[in-house]
Amino acid sequence: MATDQVTLLGMWASPLSLRIEWALKIKGIHYEYIDEDLDNKSQRLLTCNPVHKKVPVLVHAGKPIAESLVILEYIDETWSHSRILPEDPYERAMARFWAKFADDKCWTTIHGVFTKTGQEQENAKSEAIESLKTLEKIPRESKFFGGDAIGFLDIVFGWMAYWVPLLEEITGIILVGEDSLPSLKEWFKNFLDVPLVKELLPPREKLLHHLQTFRQKLITSSS
Amino acid sequence: MADEVILLDFWPSPFGMRARIALAEKGIKYEYRDEDLENKSRFLLQVNPVHKKIPVLIDNGKPICESLIIVQYIDEVWKDKCLLMPSDPYKRAQARFWADFVDNKLYHCGRRVWFSKAEDKEEACKELIECLKLLEGELGNKPYFGGETLGFIDVALVPFNSWFCSYETCENFSIEPHCPKIVAWAKRCMEKESVSKSFPDHQMVCDLALQWKKKLGFE
Repeated sequence: MATDQVTLLGMWASPLSLRIEWALKIKGIHYEYIDEDLDNKSQRLLTCNPVHKKVPVLVHAGKPIAESLVILEYIDETWSHSRILPEDPYERAMARFWAKFADDKCWTTIHGVFTKTGQEQENAKSEAIESLKTLEKIPRESKFFGGDAIGFLDIVFGWMAYWVPLLEEITGIILVGEDSLPSLKEWFKNFLDVPLVKELLPPREKLLHHLQTFRQKLITSSS
Repeated sequence: MADEVILLDFWPSPFGMRARIALAEKGIKYEYRDEDLENKSRFLLQVNPVHKKIPVLIDNGKPICESLIIVQYIDEVWKDKCLLMPSDPYKRAQARFWADFVDNKLYHCGRRVWFSKAEDKEEACKELIECLKLLEGELGNKPYFGGETLGFIDVALVPFNSWFCSYETCENFSIEPHCPKIVAWAKRCMEKESVSKSFPDHQMVCDLALQWKKKLGFE
């Protein structure tokens, strides 16, 4: 029956959208994916997320949920098999803490490296590296932050494993080096090797071209 | 074994207030420690080395940082009384969404009302009102965002009432004509001891805000 229908409003090049697809895949949830044109937002998107008008939005049984971290927790609580968040309240608080850190610090500063030039870019680079050094130090006893299988933090950090090397190629700025951040570099490789992660990644050349065009437009419009 | 709970805080902080309200709602006994943010204690730097900020809740030696994470932790550990989060996953998602909105939109608008040049003040007030109107939409006709009792969004938002009250005194700006529902809601929350006892003295907040404005060159 359509009442339990799961729809994801996303965008193929959006790292946050991809997070949700990874989570839905882990849980084995069937969903309809709708790719949104962010330069020409649909009425559907504006209705489902009137506050921020952004992707991703998960629509479950007609009810929209926005903000990727909120969506991830919703998915984990609604489909409670194959838990992605820890059961223990303290471990859960730590997972939420690191997710917030990654989104507030790593995302913002890496975005700065990609979208800025000159001194602003240099400043963003220093801050990005500092934030990544902090991630490097997160205690991890297993292959993944979630243990032997990927969990919440792997899904939250995951975009970096694919996007950071592309941004490094485009800007010529190294953020995660073999020597500087070996643990993170190794985690990047382990994460991208996971079959369900790999199969949902946008095609590399297509994404590279998209990012290059995006950066070019920004630089041209600001000069 | 009794829990040893410590809260590292700073008396005017709306973020610290969230933790205070949650602890009071649950009737949890704890040791309150006020930090001098210009001279942070070694203990604070030890328990929150990443951000070096308050609030930090230390539960039997385990530190939890970030106010909304602290409130959720308190709600999950002391789950036998006064639940702040709804039980329905969709309602929980809505609660988290709006709490995130308070942090990522309202907080910044609120700060700009304090710390902006004269020519930008009107725009800052306008943006704050827009945020509050959206929150009024979420409140609807309920007494609290949590329904009949205080919930997660109430705890996330109500501390900023200390700013709203101070705007009237210091900035000659009242939210009441624009957002009467929010003002009525805030008054209702303040009637609860868990909220009113967590609030700093109004005059002290005004004095501090004026001090900071001067320091930052926004007189």
